[in-house]
Amino acid sequence: MRSLGPILVVVLHILAIWYVACVPMNVREVLTAAERAGAEIVPPEASVRRDMGAIPLVLANTDHLGGSWSQDRAKLPAPHQVAQEIWASTFVEEVEGRRGLIRSGTFSNRGLIHHTGITLWATVLGFAMGTGMGILLAIGIVHSRTMDMSVMPWAIVSQTIPIVALAPMIIVVLYSVGVQGMLPKAVISAYLSFFPVVVGMVKGLRSPDQSQLDLMHTYNASSRDVLIKLRLPASVPYLFASLKIGIAASLVGAIVGELPVQKGGLGARMLAGSYYGQTTQIWAALFAAALLAAFLVRAVGWIERRTQRAMGLSA
Amino acid sequence: MMDSASLAETDVVAKPVIAARSLNLTFETNDGPVHALRDVNLDVARGDFVSFIGPSGCGKTTFLRCIAGLETPTGGALSVNGMTPDEARRARAYGYVFQAASLYPWRTIGGNVRLPLEIMGFSKSEQAERVRRTLELVDLAGFEKKYPWQLSGGMQQRASIARALAFDADLLLMDEPFGALDEIVRDRLNEELLKLWDRTGKTIGFVTHSIPEAVYLSTRIVVMSPRPGRITDVIESPLPKERPLDIRDSREFIEIAHRVREGLRAGHVDE
Repeated sequence: MRSLGPILVVVLHILAIWYVACVPMNVREVLTAAERAGAEIVPPEASVRRDMGAIPLVLANTDHLGGSWSQDRAKLPAPHQVAQEIWASTFVEEVEGRRGLIRSGTFSNRGLIHHTGITLWATVLGFAMGTGMGILLAIGIVHSRTMDMSVMPWAIVSQTIPIVALAPMIIVVLYSVGVQGMLPKAVISAYLSFFPVVVGMVKGLRSPDQSQLDLMHTYNASSRDVLIKLRLPASVPYLFASLKIGIAASLVGAIVGELPVQKGGLGARMLAGSYYGQTTQIWAALFAAALLAAFLVRAVGWIERRTQRAMGLSA
Repeated sequence: MMDSASLAETDVVAKPVIAARSLNLTFETNDGPVHALRDVNLDVARGDFVSFIGPSGCGKTTFLRCIAGLETPTGGALSVNGMTPDEARRARAYGYVFQAASLYPWRTIGGNVRLPLEIMGFSKSEQAERVRRTLELVDLAGFEKKYPWQLSGGMQQRASIARALAFDADLLLMDEPFGALDEIVRDRLNEELLKLWDRTGKTIGFVTHSIPEAVYLSTRIVVMSPRPGRITDVIESPLPKERPLDIRDSREFIEIAHRVREGLRAGHVDE
């Protein structure tokens, strides 16, 4: 826990910058509200204010900025507002809400926990699919020159297409063949996460040096033996480096896949928030996604350490 | 009964384990052909300890790799146990020890020695028994469950020798196995290797660039020289099979070492 101090310092700085940024970001709405409440705003004409920059407005009206951190639908909600929203949409919703855990026995579909759960499962399923496919492709690429020449360029091209453009098509195409729900989102996750796994595993499977391969050759080992007893174990460190990138990409994929469908999940929650101007809801969903990502990367790291210990690679 | 047995024995002794006839190997490179081996002729009898010595680029390692079927000669004939090197490799006729120990870091010492046994399909109980026996042979009993990084360089190389011995091939090919170790450890391992050779009766091909090492270990010393890689001298050692370390101060030892040095120098002048 030696890192706690530095982390805290960084967080405090971010919070400070955030609070300061709230003032110019929200200044127009704050001044309009203050004017309605009877305050004298400089300049008094709304049409003139509209053409002014945010900073001059702030500097001209330093006395009327008290509302900067309590706007109902702020352009940039203050950290404590986001924290309140997270609290309200998790604990309060589950304990007191009509559809909350206490009253209904399941997590509320208006709460963050329910939506985080939906995204989590789509991410994990997509990650598993992407990792499996990535490993299989890498094995093929390492063993077959034809696959090396043909698959790798396409794998690279696949990652140059913006996923936001591709996601709706994947969902529509899969829907037309009767696949919906979690699977289309998982497919998008897999699409994003297989790539780092392919790249890392190809490098990992090729990492044994010549004498290690020669050794196998002197035993007249089959390429299956070489794969299982040499290439795969040697690729483990490369695999986990890729998995940490892959799991984060999977989460992005799942969220993007939730945007066009609106059947729950953090992506749906963010888009709904933006439809109804609920910025705190967007930010709350963002934080839930960030926490989820941190948790997933930690989980992969934990599995990595366990694996290394089992392989005798750590002290 | 006696007669046929002794007949078979002489038959085995008479047949060389390794026979090379006008062996050539040319690598095609961008700068033109490189003659790694030219016109190499050599017979190695069963039970011989043959050292290959020479400066870098003389083809000693290449020759060893040819015997192991890791390189393919471009001309001449080479047989190992009466087979082609590739057939011999398929028949798992030899154990190979590399300059680096090349132990797999994710396997314990026991697991590394077990590797060839797993690949060659020995039964589980046979594997355990052979791992125990070979580790004892190289004085590593009790280190079976340790990982390579927990062992010193000398111990790692001993483990890699155990790995090459585990499946009982008659032929042991060693490519500068002690080249990366310090003098003291190397002396000890040389002594142990001689004992091992005495106990197991294996035929050993040993590549080195150390004159004392070659003279101390070998029954025959093959002196090679570079560009093109060729044999310039083959020295039969008159030293007794029993060789304490201080034999290196004896007159015979110094004489052979001198002849090896002369051979190396001659090869150099030729160039």
